[in-house]
Amino acid sequence: MSALSQQTIDATRKNEGHLLASWQANLDASGASRDSRIKQAEFEAQTREFLRLLLASANGGDTANITGSEWADVRGFLDGLSRSRALQGFDSQTTASFIFSLKRPLFELLQTQYANDASELAAQLWAVTELLDTLGMYTVRAFQKSREEVIARQQEELLELSTPVVKLWDGVLALPMIGTLDSQRTQVVMESLLQRIVETGSEIAIIDITGVPTVDTLVAQHLLKTVTAIRLMGADAIISGVRPQIAQTIVHLGLDLQGIVTKANLADALALALKRSGLTVTKAS
Amino acid sequence: MERIPILRMGDFLLVTIQVDMHDELAITLQDDLSERISKTSARGVLIDISALDMVDSFIGRMIGTISGLSKIMDAETVLVGMQPAVAITLVELGLTLPGVITALNVERGMNLLRERVQSE
Repeated sequence: MSALSQQTIDATRKNEGHLLASWQANLDASGASRDSRIKQAEFEAQTREFLRLLLASANGGDTANITGSEWADVRGFLDGLSRSRALQGFDSQTTASFIFSLKRPLFELLQTQYANDASELAAQLWAVTELLDTLGMYTVRAFQKSREEVIARQQEELLELSTPVVKLWDGVLALPMIGTLDSQRTQVVMESLLQRIVETGSEIAIIDITGVPTVDTLVAQHLLKTVTAIRLMGADAIISGVRPQIAQTIVHLGLDLQGIVTKANLADALALALKRSGLTVTKAS
Repeated sequence: MERIPILRMGDFLLVTIQVDMHDELAITLQDDLSERISKTSARGVLIDISALDMVDSFIGRMIGTISGLSKIMDAETVLVGMQPAVAITLVELGLTLPGVITALNVERGMNLLRERVQSE
């Protein structure tokens, strides 16, 4: 276990102003602080806050292991920092260099402080390096975690967004599908469509696959499942929007779509649905 | 013993499943229904499963069997009111119930039965 000595902490505290200034200069040189996404004053407040927390926690804290309770404040601060950086769209390098650019000012400080004691200088340099590396890694990990959270949330929203069920006519529902059909999507689509069929008492459901880029055996199987579930509920399904390439693929793959009514476009499907409901469209004279 | 009531309505028999189906109940229903069809010489059977919100493979198969046996005894069978969750479960289990006529609710099921019996 290595720790920062009292002398190091005292010296850091004494030279805080100078340290902050050269840290800021370092950050400026790397371009991290001169970004329109973050205000200069905010940046300075963050550096000051971090140094304060660091000094408070470093008092007796193990520099190799920051999972202990004495580092809780520093961890909390870094979590918040990484999250805000991730949301502002910074990359992981910029986020981590916030910590790493403190190294040089600290090293210079130690060098003047321990000019006459080589072994103590080495020990303290090691402690500082270890601490800043661990904190840097922690920052990157926190950054990555918040980025993954953002991605997961977007995925979920995309799933919800891309499956609207629209009412075309009294008793006719349409589901325009956009994007690749995987198992998860099919599940969501099936559930929302079946639920709407029950709610509206619609007898005909049109599934429009114009927005589905490719149809392979798996997608065809998902479509078949959906159609079968609709039939079990007591409604009829029509698949529309079969593009020429997709029709060719289906035939080439030898997929069996028997028992499923398919139409080339949504208009044809609606015409069929109206006909089945006993309705006709005539021109107003 | 628990039983699922079979109601007679003119030429048709009405079966509404209001309780959770378990295996024994399903077998009893199968026996009772075939008995009643032969006794009343019913022309159609309407099975309402709108209150059924959970099925397993056995119950799924029983639903298919019951519809099949009434058809053999010359009674048209319509299955009405299947819940979305039940439909999805049956499809995932591979029980697509081919040949079973379905309708969204009892009213439409009745209309369907009348049409089919009249057209014979």
